[in-house]
Amino acid sequence: MQLFGLSKKDTLFLLIVIFLTLATPILLQPFAEGSGLAQFNAGYPDLMQRFAIYGIFAIGFNILFGLTGYLSFGHAAFLGVGSYSAVWMFKLLTMNIIPGIILAVIVSGLFALLIGWISLRRSGIYFSILTLAFAQMSYNLAYSVLTPLTNGETGLQIRLSDPRILDGASAAGSLPTTNLFGLAMNDSVKMEFFGRLFTFNVGYYFSAVMAIIVFYIALRIFRSPFGLMLRAVKTNQTRLNYTGVNTRPYTLAAFVISGMYAGLAGGLLAAMDPLAGAERMQWTASGEVVLMTILGGAGTMMGPVLGAGFIKYFENIFSKINDNVLHNWFGPLPDGLENFLVDLVHPFVGKGWHLTLGMLFVLVVMFLPGGLVEGGQRIAALFRRKRKPDGSGPKHQPKQAPHVAE
Amino acid sequence: MDAIILQILNGLDKGSAYALIALGLTLIFGTLGVVNFAHGAIFMLGAFTAVTLDRLLNMSFVTIDPTRTNFLGQPLEVKTPYIVSWFGDSIGNGIIDWAVPLSILFSIPIMLFIGYAMERGIIKHFYHRPHADQILVTFGLAIVLQEIIKAFFGANPIPTPAPAAFRGSFDFGVWLGFPANAIIYPYWRMIYFLFSAIVISGVFAFLRFTTFGMVVRAGMADRETVGLLGIDIDKRFTIMFGIAAAVAGLAGVMYAPINSPNYHMGMDFLVLSFVVVVVGGMGSLPGAVLAGFLLGVLESFASMNEIKSILPGIDQIIIYLIAIIILLTRPRGLMGRKGVMED
Repeated sequence: MQLFGLSKKDTLFLLIVIFLTLATPILLQPFAEGSGLAQFNAGYPDLMQRFAIYGIFAIGFNILFGLTGYLSFGHAAFLGVGSYSAVWMFKLLTMNIIPGIILAVIVSGLFALLIGWISLRRSGIYFSILTLAFAQMSYNLAYSVLTPLTNGETGLQIRLSDPRILDGASAAGSLPTTNLFGLAMNDSVKMEFFGRLFTFNVGYYFSAVMAIIVFYIALRIFRSPFGLMLRAVKTNQTRLNYTGVNTRPYTLAAFVISGMYAGLAGGLLAAMDPLAGAERMQWTASGEVVLMTILGGAGTMMGPVLGAGFIKYFENIFSKINDNVLHNWFGPLPDGLENFLVDLVHPFVGKGWHLTLGMLFVLVVMFLPGGLVEGGQRIAALFRRKRKPDGSGPKHQPKQAPHVAE
Repeated sequence: MDAIILQILNGLDKGSAYALIALGLTLIFGTLGVVNFAHGAIFMLGAFTAVTLDRLLNMSFVTIDPTRTNFLGQPLEVKTPYIVSWFGDSIGNGIIDWAVPLSILFSIPIMLFIGYAMERGIIKHFYHRPHADQILVTFGLAIVLQEIIKAFFGANPIPTPAPAAFRGSFDFGVWLGFPANAIIYPYWRMIYFLFSAIVISGVFAFLRFTTFGMVVRAGMADRETVGLLGIDIDKRFTIMFGIAAAVAGLAGVMYAPINSPNYHMGMDFLVLSFVVVVVGGMGSLPGAVLAGFLLGVLESFASMNEIKSILPGIDQIIIYLIAIIILLTRPRGLMGRKGVMED
């Protein structure tokens, strides 16, 4: 079974991903409504949309960082630019999200072309600093001089008085909602069975379909000669240059593609909630996508998506655990122990979930450089070794010849 | 003319902070070859040692004074700091007043220890990993430090006053022969600049005139050879990490009265300090100091109304703009050495 020019294994992989993505509203609702664990359910539209959108953002970032090894610390700029252009489209043209998203991808692609063309002249930490500098410049400008374009601190919003040429006079009374040919993004169908409430949201499914499409594109890039060339850049760019290959077009293409992914994510964010603020471009936002990619596993297909899901899940679920919830959990214990445990756990949950994230991140970088994906592989390898102890373990493979020029 | 001098002075305090942080960053980079994204967090920790000492000194017990009443008609509760009850009014209050300068004494050992612990605990494992990994682990570490401070002190900025004698401003212009009220400058900023000048020259003198410093410089130039001579260079580099942390910590302590410390102040400075390091030239100590002051002063010039009216928004982006121009035209920075970070 081979589809869309993928190998058998990849086709299966893609089908699994498609299934998981489409079934997310069901899979993330494992706990019955009203039970004590219901707060760990993540099947509400807002969070699921974030999973898909930040998944797209991280997949795009991974095309640059995972394949070429160029660590960009300014990718949030493209996300922000995407959001702004999409909202402008909603203001001027129509509330249909298609033109907005197309413009978001195009504008962020052009912006990435400009920044990449300059930044890619340097590599290593200089590249990181250059991208950081550009992103901070965009952020500061969006806050100050570009206020007519970005509406400064308030953020760009849609208004009743906006022209919206294509929508005509339909907008009367209340603010129109973003839609896909009349299908409103915030529409959901709620179904209840087995005591669980499942929400099937239009916005989520639109983002999910986009995510599947860009995941497929990324998969093709990873398996293509172009992807191989990008990996070669990561391994040894100098050698590549000496063999007469000009690597700049390849890295620039990767940079622009990942910028367009970020723009798409930004456009989708605006499509789900038509407002765009400058804080989306701040360097902490760029840091977040770096965290996602590394936490999940840079250079792998599933890693960034897992990382994005992981971080967004914890951001929303972990941060909701307050002292009351903790007291509920530890309630059956003796009072002294209960209070002690609550005090012990308190700094790590609720508002302090960033602390947990930071610690987790440090541990992952130290002990699990391949991220969650590598962790999964290691566990899987552990089981495999148990099953067939004389299997072809790594020790039977010939030792790799050391590189001559190292 | 007086306007120009005023702008230069205005840029000096921020420039001093940039220079101190960038100096520490460069020390760490030059000795251990590690790109330390947690350095801003160390700066922030320094500021919070001042806050902590201020709070400790202000710890007080409550006595009820039956002779006076508060506005509700109940007996007035009088708070007396322990320090005041121990040392008497004048000395006790004097100590509380001087909390920030006093924290310098405390922050040096604390910061040395924190730096030492960080290096031995985490960063030591990253010498042979790619720079990207170093950036990532120290970035994570910065988040952790920042969140710990947030858990203890909350998210709001905490005002930490300078000693009463140094609050307010003085007429600096008169000293230079300008008419009165031409250049008014706050005392504490002047002190901050002088203090950072002392710290910077201290670090340079330490590296130049002591045997320890000589060995460290030799190690920076050729680590392997120094190691072959039977010197335990790793240990010295670890101590240098502690010193770099102490420099950043001192910068933070003294900065507390200028800007009320909050938990993310380090991150704001870190980004700019990295830009400063890159502009000065990776691995060059004088370059870091020079670029720090230069960018601080340029930033202050760019925020002049005359310049902003010609180029709106320039004050927001001037530092980044300069960094981009320098990196593209002079990739080694202003005073960068050959062969440092040119992969």
